[in-house]
Amino acid sequence: MEILVALAIGVLVGSGVWLMLRPRTFQVIVGLSLLSYAVNLFIFAMGRLSVAAAPVLDAGADAAQLADPVPQSLVLTAIVIGFATTALFLVVLLASRGLAGTDHVDGREPHA
Amino acid sequence: MASASLLVLLVALPFVGSVVAALLPANARNAEAWLAGLLALAGVVVAALLYPAVAASAVVRVEQAWMPELGLAFSLRLDGFAWLFVLLVTGIGMLVALYARYYLSAQDPVPRFYAFLLAFMGSMLGLVLSGNLIQLVFFWELTSLFSFLLVGYWHHSAAARDGARLALTVTALGGLALFGGVMLVGHIVGSYDLDLVLAAGDRIRTHPLYVPVLVLILLGAFTKSAQFPFHFWLPQAMAAPTPASAYLHSATMVKAGVFLLARLWPVLAGTDIWFWLVGGTGLVTLLLGGWCAIFQQDLKGLLAYSTISNLGLITLLLGLDSPLAMVAAVFHVMNHATFKASLFMAAGIIDHEAGTRDIRRLSGLYRLMPVTATLAMVACAAMAGVPLLNGFISKEMFFTEAILATTPLPLLGELLPYAATLAAMFAVAYSLRFIHGAFFGPPPTDLPRTPHEPPRWMRFPVELLVLVCLLVGILPALMLGSILDTAVRAILGASTPAYDLAVWHGFNLAVLMSVIALVGGVAIYIGLQRYLATAPNGPPLLRALSGPRIFERIVVALSWRWARALETLLGTRRLQPQLRALAGTAILAAALPLAGHGLAGGARAATALDPALALVWLVGGACALGAAWQAKYHRLAALILMGGAGVATCLTFVWFSAPDLALTQLLVEVVTTVLMLLGLRWLPKRIARDDESTTLPARLRRGADLLVALVAGAGVAALAYAAMTRPSPDSIARFFTEQALPAGGGRNVVNVILVDFRGFDTLGEISVLAVVAITVYALLRRFRPAPESIEVPEQQRVQNAFDEVRPDRSHGDSVAEYLLVPAVLMRLTFPPMLAVALFLFLRGHDLPGGGFIAGLTVAIALIVQYMANGTRWVEARLRIHPLRWMALGLLLAVLTGAGAWLAGHPFLTSHMFHLDLPGLGRVPLASALFFDLGVFALVVGATALILIALAHQSVRSHRAPRAPQPATDA
Repeated sequence: MEILVALAIGVLVGSGVWLMLRPRTFQVIVGLSLLSYAVNLFIFAMGRLSVAAAPVLDAGADAAQLADPVPQSLVLTAIVIGFATTALFLVVLLASRGLAGTDHVDGREPHA
Repeated sequence: MASASLLVLLVALPFVGSVVAALLPANARNAEAWLAGLLALAGVVVAALLYPAVAASAVVRVEQAWMPELGLAFSLRLDGFAWLFVLLVTGIGMLVALYARYYLSAQDPVPRFYAFLLAFMGSMLGLVLSGNLIQLVFFWELTSLFSFLLVGYWHHSAAARDGARLALTVTALGGLALFGGVMLVGHIVGSYDLDLVLAAGDRIRTHPLYVPVLVLILLGAFTKSAQFPFHFWLPQAMAAPTPASAYLHSATMVKAGVFLLARLWPVLAGTDIWFWLVGGTGLVTLLLGGWCAIFQQDLKGLLAYSTISNLGLITLLLGLDSPLAMVAAVFHVMNHATFKASLFMAAGIIDHEAGTRDIRRLSGLYRLMPVTATLAMVACAAMAGVPLLNGFISKEMFFTEAILATTPLPLLGELLPYAATLAAMFAVAYSLRFIHGAFFGPPPTDLPRTPHEPPRWMRFPVELLVLVCLLVGILPALMLGSILDTAVRAILGASTPAYDLAVWHGFNLAVLMSVIALVGGVAIYIGLQRYLATAPNGPPLLRALSGPRIFERIVVALSWRWARALETLLGTRRLQPQLRALAGTAILAAALPLAGHGLAGGARAATALDPALALVWLVGGACALGAAWQAKYHRLAALILMGGAGVATCLTFVWFSAPDLALTQLLVEVVTTVLMLLGLRWLPKRIARDDESTTLPARLRRGADLLVALVAGAGVAALAYAAMTRPSPDSIARFFTEQALPAGGGRNVVNVILVDFRGFDTLGEISVLAVVAITVYALLRRFRPAPESIEVPEQQRVQNAFDEVRPDRSHGDSVAEYLLVPAVLMRLTFPPMLAVALFLFLRGHDLPGGGFIAGLTVAIALIVQYMANGTRWVEARLRIHPLRWMALGLLLAVLTGAGAWLAGHPFLTSHMFHLDLPGLGRVPLASALFFDLGVFALVVGATALILIALAHQSVRSHRAPRAPQPATDA
């Protein structure tokens, strides 16, 4: 299953980086969202994959068998912060479109 | 103990006085002068009180640990040598405070001057009293800073601004070098404590880093003391008000360099390289300064070069490596301070009364101000080294040392007496020029003002200083014998030589040299008199080589031309190249450390591949690629596809035992999608054009970007795979898992980490969330949408048009009735959603859930109502105050954390207790629950604020932005 998750992360990173390098603001915001999925999955995967072993202590459960809680708590806050930065970027993007009259990332169309 | 507090008082009082001085009214010249003068007088008194202890070879110390792990302490240390400088700084400071009262005019901003002057006095005292080298550097830089402010006091004058900037740049650069040198000394000795450093002389001199240490410290000392080739800032600093010049640029600050050389003399001196660097620099500066001084046409310029020359003399003496030369150097520090300060003040009086300092225009002032002229003549005679004045005695000592000096190169030892005599001739010549040029000759004509004697108390400081010159010159041993002895003993300790401080040692070689110098100096002046009367400023051959101009060229080249060239070469204001560079750098940064190792899989047993998840990611991967493909022209499609990838991510979290993450991801996914949908309303549609993406450069760029994206994706995938197939290292996870129940009182380890173990991180995170939400809100208050998207959307236009042609319907009915059945159903879901949120919150500490998840759920419940029923409908029934929710949440989180203080625990320590609830029995509770409640409220508020602010744009009336102005500048 590791190979599958690694491939999934790879596809998300590839799509995200490609979009991040595009000239239109909406492309960049979608790209950053995809990239944040990938980064969250990557950090989560650093706790190694474990099936059917949630980090919840049940009576009699073996603590050594639990999923690693540290990357999970890191990622949980990262997801929420990711939402906040997306919102901020979206508002800046809309304001930039309104003021500059273009959705190019530089705020003006290239000269070419 | 009493003397220790006196020492602290000595440094602290001027700074306190500086603040007080700054707050006094602008015209309070008398109050300012009294304040500064009395504070300086207090300094003199404190110094006098401390003298008995210092004279008994004791060292008065105060030490306050600051950062003991780094060897940093606030430490004051007063010995005989520092005492001498304290006396100079406070004594001359007092006279300058008095003098400045009359020098500054009523229009000058007097509080600023006295505030800077006092702060400078405090910095200088801190410098000479520092018992720690880092602290010494700190005060060293402070003196540079206040010198800058004082030189630039008349900041309306370009000369003052340039001079101030030049002085600061040169001395602060030197201070930086000194800092480096001091760090190296600390590295060698293992401490910055001055006593330990002074005791480690042999270790430093034999250390391989000795030469860098020496060079760096000398750079600091030479820039400060205006030694060649850094001397050029001092004449430019003469743009300062004359009291500042008299104080900083003759008596105190420029002496800081030689102070440091003498202070570290036991540690650094005694090597050949010390002799060459220090002695050589001193000799060159001595001769060059003297030569240049003769050709100055400005009285203050002449004095500035003379100061440079005298500082060179002191440096040369320190470079000679002999204890007797050290005695002479310390003695000359005092003598120079007295005669030079009085001469600066005299030059200031002339400038003040006559309106000019140009020697070519001045003449015959003796008739108009006989007392000042007499005083200046005595001081000049001291500068020239005329017998029965203090300058004579230190010059004789210098001559004796020049004759006796043993140098690494015998020839140089032979030449040194000749060089010394030559320098003394120059001194006689420029002293004569000062007196003769200003006070003798025909009566002055065409002066800006008619000169007369200055006010009584303006002349008093000069009188006092000249009196000291005379008394020391006639009775040296009686006047300064004890002070000099104490100061020299503090540096040299047991190796203090025997010396005789007397006016007359019989007719010896030194006296002969003095006679030659006097005669030769008079001859030089007479020879040059005709030339000097009309010559331009500066010495004949060196005039073209202007230090400030060379410096200015270097600064312009470095900070402007080269910087601009570099910016045009490497910089861009376009985002895409920057991001490309960023991505490339990230790839390189990851590839370099891995280059030698490869990314082969590890030994950890892989989990079995589940076809269901493979299918999920087949779809998820296709969604991601599709989003990348469609984001330019089909935004809605891209948004939906992005959501698909998000759902696949969410399912992965479910699969691999992360229920909290899965819940959060799912909820955030919903919120993000709603948010972007709201945003798309204001983003005008893009229409595909054929011509814009088919050009060759565009294709090449896309090819390069594709390559970057592929490499990045493949690299991260390989890295993730390599890491996942290796066994997990022992991390702090074990601690968290073991302690979650006993210490945190919760079974859900993730939640316990968030609200308890790492509660402070979470507090920071929700603060960020609050800041972002308020920023979004603020940005949207002045939101100007694109003009194309201001109109009502097409669907609503169609519906309104339908209403208008039907007589039985009125405008807006169809819009209101749109999707009525789902809307009613969604209304009904509101209470259950809130119940679910409550459920998720309450069980959060033990089972998946918690403040973040519950908060997002409530936010979704709210936004669902907005979507189904419209903004107006919701707000007519339910008033949400997101800002209050946020404030409440943040307050609750912080107060819960601060509650731990009441029990004497650190901030955010969690506390567990049991609560008897009626009907429910004993319920275990942790104070972390209240923290989580704060998180919950803040997440509700922030999310709702962002979403509602954006949703509100639809009910606002928007003005189109002004039409772009036609380009008129093209």
